[in-house]
Amino acid sequence: MTAIAERSPGPLMTTPEVTMATALNQALADALTEDETVLVFGEDVGPLGGVFRVTDGLAARFGDTRVFDTPLAESGIVGTAIGMAMNGLRPVVEMQFDAFAYPAFEQITSHLAKLRNRTRGRVALPVVIRIPYGGGIGGVEHHCDSSEAYYAHTPGLRVVTPATPGDAYALLRQAIECPDPVIFLEPKRRYWSKQATVLDHAGTTLDRAIVRRPGSDVTLIAYGGTLGTALEAADAAEEEGRSLEVIDLRSLSPFDDETVTASVRRTGRAIVVHEASRFCGYGAEVAARLSEQCFHYLEAPVLRVAGFDIPYPPPHLEEYHLPSVDRILDAVDRLQWQETRPAVKAGG
Amino acid sequence: MSPLIGAHVTSATRVVPRGRKPQELLPTGAPLTLVDADGRAVPSAGLTMPGDEALLALHRKMVLARRFDTQATALTRQGRLAVYPSARGQEAGEVGAVLALRPQDWLFPTYRDTMAVVCRGLDPVEVLSLLRGDWHCGYDPYEYRVAPQCTPLATNTLHAVGVAHAAKLKGEDTVALVMLGDGATSEGDTHAALNFAAVWQAPVVFFVQNNGYAISVPLSKQTAAPSLAHKGVGYGVPAMLVDGNDAAAVYAAVRGAVASGAEGGGPTLIEALTYRIEAHTNADDATRYRDQAEVDGWLARDPLARLRKHLTARGLLDEPAVAALEAEAEAEAAALRQRVNADIAHDPADLFRHVYAEQTPDLRWQQQELSAELAAAADDPEAAR
Repeated sequence: MTAIAERSPGPLMTTPEVTMATALNQALADALTEDETVLVFGEDVGPLGGVFRVTDGLAARFGDTRVFDTPLAESGIVGTAIGMAMNGLRPVVEMQFDAFAYPAFEQITSHLAKLRNRTRGRVALPVVIRIPYGGGIGGVEHHCDSSEAYYAHTPGLRVVTPATPGDAYALLRQAIECPDPVIFLEPKRRYWSKQATVLDHAGTTLDRAIVRRPGSDVTLIAYGGTLGTALEAADAAEEEGRSLEVIDLRSLSPFDDETVTASVRRTGRAIVVHEASRFCGYGAEVAARLSEQCFHYLEAPVLRVAGFDIPYPPPHLEEYHLPSVDRILDAVDRLQWQETRPAVKAGG
Repeated sequence: MSPLIGAHVTSATRVVPRGRKPQELLPTGAPLTLVDADGRAVPSAGLTMPGDEALLALHRKMVLARRFDTQATALTRQGRLAVYPSARGQEAGEVGAVLALRPQDWLFPTYRDTMAVVCRGLDPVEVLSLLRGDWHCGYDPYEYRVAPQCTPLATNTLHAVGVAHAAKLKGEDTVALVMLGDGATSEGDTHAALNFAAVWQAPVVFFVQNNGYAISVPLSKQTAAPSLAHKGVGYGVPAMLVDGNDAAAVYAAVRGAVASGAEGGGPTLIEALTYRIEAHTNADDATRYRDQAEVDGWLARDPLARLRKHLTARGLLDEPAVAALEAEAEAEAAALRQRVNADIAHDPADLFRHVYAEQTPDLRWQQQELSAELAAAADDPEAAR
């Protein structure tokens, strides 16, 4: 990197494209290189390189004492990671799929999330749990859940989800360095998305949202797998003369009120977009916060474009379930454009 | 930078020593005993009788542990403890296992193992913080290498495997002993922990105190295995069945398992047969599920009386020594009473500390809300009256 930069400074340097899977792999490799307490383990993460190849080549490069396959038991993976963290290591473990992480739920919610608090800060658990999540890849049942609300509802956990390769690298590096346990949700359908970016984690923090596309009429709040859909919807809306601002939350817990409320106070309208079921879903929290903090700036109710309240559908039916560009645009149309009240933005 | 992780082992996923014959892993049919119910020394293959000093230490700590336990039960009746799960009758297991550990080893206790935690040297008042209702874990787990007492069953078995495996990767001479009961052996985490420990050959001692009941459910409804120790063979884990009311046998078995783990022999499963004399907790009514005759039978096999008889017969203990020891236990109980009876001030702000390494904006805000609520209540003459 340095050599290339020295040879071809400035505009001559072309930034290579990387996929999200490659960026995550690089983040793990760099963390393993820089910190000898980092371990990577889970099911099939060794010689196979993980079912999504995110850990490809790591076992060969770092040896199977630091990157290794475990017996098949998710509770065992997280439970032993807790013990290893108690004894000074930094485990980064993989749950093979969203719904397969549920056997580890007790270890995550009753122990990983609580041990710092239970011991008045004496025991820190810097554990990262990587979970490929969400649908849109034609996966059969139990392979497409959006389980973020379960984790975000648990005090003591940080919940992070990248939507771009650059963020995947930066957020995973930050998650591994973080003294808190982090649930790192990787949107499966973005694994092969590409971005020309320099992989770097300086300047990124774990708890900030980012405005991906500025706009003035509506704030679209998305994350992970739905960010792409939200950006497409913003493009389509522009053709219809509506300017949509798109926010990528990145951190689901804690929530970045500052970035989101600043946007909504400007636009006066907001839509939350996620794949997960609507009822008690993450969007309910976002909508509640916006009504609590931005009520007098809102021109319309905060709407949710979410998955239906059904078990995740089979591959041939998932297109009906997943939030689409059209569904987002329909929601934009429902934002009471004809009923705009006189401005009440006093002080805003 | 830490010492090179993994430099001390050839492979974290070393192949299980499948060469061991099943017979080498199986427990004996009858529980291993060194001192029988009448206080007589009996030879037991594979177990070495502890030396005189160790036996006297076991006796002393058992006296202190029993007095501590009865004191804690009394404190629940006075409302000073929210709840107390007694381990009376299990002193041999509680004390024997702990005294067999070295300072560098880790102990993973459950809620019933308060005796064991205190025996390890922790301040009993800090330990009782959980059951008193002051804070979940009142002690520093790193001070004596004692994990917080675990109230969900069997989850701590995996933590013990993790600590032990990390120790192995770091080249530390550390063994983790996890305590569990007969009921916990039915939990999935016990299965996963035995399996992980065996595959990784992690230095872990699974110390199962089979006290006959999981709250009200007897062992016959818990398992169809010939013994809980028989579960080891399926994982490739060597197992021992010991008389859990024989402190000498427990001590010798755990010491052997710790030495084996420290020498690279991997995990060991020990089932200690014992009995829970008290109800599950002060909130339980044991008469609904067991007969007094059964309890009386076990009272006659008291672990403390047995060791005392043995030591007295050998001239290692006499009445004045026992009286002095009981006076010491009484003084400790009095000190405990006094300290637990002292009210301590709780700071509501503690609720918002240590949820994360750094307080989140939400928690800062919620803490302010509570402070404001409390300040308003303090200023309100109605509330003050």
